[in-house]
Amino acid sequence: MSQIKSLYAATAISALSATGAFAETTVTIATVNNGDMIRMQGLASEFEAQHPDIKLEWVTLEENVLRQRVTQDVAAKGGQFDVMTIGTYEVPIWGQQGWLVSLNDMSDEWDADDLLPAIRDGLTVDGELYAAPFYGESSMVMYRKDLMEKAGLEMPEAPTWEFIQEAAAAMTDKENEIYGICLRGKAGWGENMAFLTAMANSFGARWFDENWQPELNGPEWTEAVNFYMDLMQNYGPPGASTNGFNENLSLFQQGKCGMWIDATVAASFVTNPDDSTVADQVGFALAPDNGLGPRGNWLWAWSLAVPAGSDATEEAKSFIEWATSKEYTAMVAEKEGWANVPPGTRTSLYENAEYQEAAPFAEMTLSSINAADPKNPSVKPVPYTGVQFVAIPEFAGIATQVGQEISAALAGQQTVEEALEKAQALTLDEIEAAGY
Amino acid sequence: MATQNSRSAARLMMAPAVILLLGWMLVPLVMTLLFSFKKYLPLRGGDLGWVGFDNYVRFVTSSAFWPSVSATLIIVGGVLAITVGLGVLLAILLNQPMWGQGIVRILVISPFFVMPTVSALVWKNMFMDPVNGLFAHLWKFFGAAPVEWLSQASLQSIILIVSWQWLPFATLILLTAIQSLDREQLEAAEMDGAAPLQRFGYITLPHLGRAITVVVLIQTIFLLGIFAEIFVTTQGSFGTRTLTYLIYQRVLESQNVGLGSAGGVYAIILANIIAIFLMRMVGKNLDK
Amino acid sequence: MARAVTSKRKIINTAAAWTVGLLIFFPILWTILTSFKTEATAIADPPVFIGFEWTLANYATVLERSDYARFLWNSIIIAGGSTILGILVAVPAAWSMAFVPSKHTKDILLWMLSTKMLPAVGVLYPIYLIFIKLGLLDSRTGLVIVLMLMNLPIIVWMLYTYFREIPGEILEAARMDGASLKEEILYVLTPMAVPGIASTLLLNFILAWNEAFWTLNLTAAKAAPLTAFIASYSSPEGLFYAKLSAASTMAIVPILILGWFSQKQLVSGLTFGAVK
Repeated sequence: MSQIKSLYAATAISALSATGAFAETTVTIATVNNGDMIRMQGLASEFEAQHPDIKLEWVTLEENVLRQRVTQDVAAKGGQFDVMTIGTYEVPIWGQQGWLVSLNDMSDEWDADDLLPAIRDGLTVDGELYAAPFYGESSMVMYRKDLMEKAGLEMPEAPTWEFIQEAAAAMTDKENEIYGICLRGKAGWGENMAFLTAMANSFGARWFDENWQPELNGPEWTEAVNFYMDLMQNYGPPGASTNGFNENLSLFQQGKCGMWIDATVAASFVTNPDDSTVADQVGFALAPDNGLGPRGNWLWAWSLAVPAGSDATEEAKSFIEWATSKEYTAMVAEKEGWANVPPGTRTSLYENAEYQEAAPFAEMTLSSINAADPKNPSVKPVPYTGVQFVAIPEFAGIATQVGQEISAALAGQQTVEEALEKAQALTLDEIEAAGY
Repeated sequence: MATQNSRSAARLMMAPAVILLLGWMLVPLVMTLLFSFKKYLPLRGGDLGWVGFDNYVRFVTSSAFWPSVSATLIIVGGVLAITVGLGVLLAILLNQPMWGQGIVRILVISPFFVMPTVSALVWKNMFMDPVNGLFAHLWKFFGAAPVEWLSQASLQSIILIVSWQWLPFATLILLTAIQSLDREQLEAAEMDGAAPLQRFGYITLPHLGRAITVVVLIQTIFLLGIFAEIFVTTQGSFGTRTLTYLIYQRVLESQNVGLGSAGGVYAIILANIIAIFLMRMVGKNLDK
Repeated sequence: MARAVTSKRKIINTAAAWTVGLLIFFPILWTILTSFKTEATAIADPPVFIGFEWTLANYATVLERSDYARFLWNSIIIAGGSTILGILVAVPAAWSMAFVPSKHTKDILLWMLSTKMLPAVGVLYPIYLIFIKLGLLDSRTGLVIVLMLMNLPIIVWMLYTYFREIPGEILEAARMDGASLKEEILYVLTPMAVPGIASTLLLNFILAWNEAFWTLNLTAAKAAPLTAFIASYSSPEGLFYAKLSAASTMAIVPILILGWFSQKQLVSGLTFGAVK
């Protein structure tokens, strides 16, 4: 009997290995429809050529839909994806829960030590690297040199908010549809609240005090949001309360913005003459400060991670290794030019003379990334990590609702004080519901 | 009149549909009820035990609750009013003799085939965008300042988008109903010297009663659950957070399944209140 | 004299109806036109209607980026499968309700409709968990079942109103002639019910095709239909109106054409027994 069984087992194993040699493993990748990701998807045939036994399946989604899908899947353990595109907000939370596969055992050629320390720290929990950065970003000021000159002003390398206001006023020319400043107004924790949280840091504001009491109706937040409101209502474009990153990018490329404070990755889009009508007139400066220490810039990395429970962990890892390697960068440089390589993840890129030559924004990007400190984002101590977010699971829900209140204030439907009172109340409510 | 035999055969034939729908209703409903009494936070480890009516209390006492109920009712009511009102007028117009009636009918029915996500994306970007949208160009052409549709007239914009999608449905049902109207009766009324408005009020409208009821019922069922139009355009900002969208925010954005499930139960209650009301209306009309 | 009035009225009617019709159709027309423009022309002020350089570049980009054929195929399978399955379940139920009504028939019918009022978001989590248990995530089978259940009440009701129009005397005559129940359904009822079934089929195919909540939330790569395809074209970086228009056109044109060709059948099906 047992002989038959073992014979059967042996046959089964040999049958399995026989098919295994020919079977393709499918790796399902959930990704966001940003330009760099789309490019990676286009180049991935190279990876498939190198690994004939791996087949890549792409799920490319708009950012909001992507977040909803991957969060739902990882939280309910649906196991639909082998590689997920997530950010510095999700990685620490999911890593802590044990929902991600550690990437500490990547190969030596991949060279984890080459990753920018600020970015690497943001993706590491208890010494385990849980995601590989695909591109990293901070935020900075992008401005029109020609308009600045016309206004008779000169942009310092590290401007203050006061100067930004002065410059916005001087550059605004509504008759000709030129607006001094374009900022995010569209509600969402990754939209207006990312910008505002980073900005509020430089005004000394914080989301929570050390006892997890929200401070949204405190004097610092009130000052910061009023300042923002004043900028946008006097010198911003119409419809600002529905403008997110993409809308502002398009406005800037059409030459309608004097200044734009947003993600450093936008630098290569606004200086690309194919898409931008103002490509040769763009200057860069660090995000503004208010003389209190912190600058209003954030830190973010779109990263690739493998959810625990994936049935193709090894294959998924080898894909991630390929997509985030130096070789991938070199390949993009060769095919599309150095200015188009995914920025903000590796020290070696910023030491590369060719890159520095091709990307006038390289230095400013690196200084911006290095200037962000997720552990001490504001003036006063905080109980959380994260510059433009608070790395707790409830934050996305809370900040989106807060963002909606502020967006409504920007649209003139309520005052800043009303918006912040509501924000304070709902934050308190949610944080209590979560049991703080 | 039916025999005992055919009765039991009839029951047997109804069984698959009834059992399937019963399962489709009961299984998720029971699970939702169960979750609604629990502290269930997937991002904090899932099921954290029973909490009684906490979620129910928290859901209604949140400042977002009543505005969301009123937003739901405004959207449903607004779309119904527009589609039924314009639908009747359009149906009367399309029923008149004209050239190319077939083509006009094709033009009018077309929006019904467009998926909600696409129609929301097209309206939001290509029409309502305050800088590059067609409306902005049009307003500027007449020297007016472009309207910021989705922030300053958010509810109206959503009602406009949804009405555009459902107007064909209403129009076509009403048109078929009008076509079955007795021409002789209308002509007789005309002979008697009844003014067009009188003819409409006393003959056409009563005849359409049943069709209007059906339009209202079917549309309400679909309108109570609209989601894509809001998700794509305003994401619930500017007072467009309907009850459905509020539940979505609780369940998916905040990942608070317990709280969201309690919200789901409220939504079911609201839907049932509306349903009873509607069913009474339809039930009466179905007997006619 | 009377003739002159009639023809004048006809001209006015025609003008009015065409104006309204074109107005209603305009967003679709504009989307299709924009899909042939360059990104710069797509946002030009003043807008360009016809006199631009037509390009197919947007379609090429979309086809290169996404496996359109697969999304399309999934949409066809899911919409078709759920509709056919729904009809198979609904025909017997509707038949018995129409021809052997009991005092509960109307209640059952209304109860069925009321199941459509359950808010989908509220039950997403339970359904998701059940799908994981049954291994149905990202499978066409799973979506066929869910969409079938979603549209079943509408299917039953439409068929019921149709069957009710079939005069009972014909059945009795058939019974007199000694037809069995099977024969009755097969040879007497079915031919009379075909138009009704056809229009029910069409309407539900359209509803299933356009369903954007479950199809998006329960799929990843393998079973994703056109609603997921569209979700990757809403607001990427930079100018996108022309590419969005091309993708939108590709998502709606198949169903638009189907709808146009079967318009007559569909309209007769849309009445829900509202017309007598």
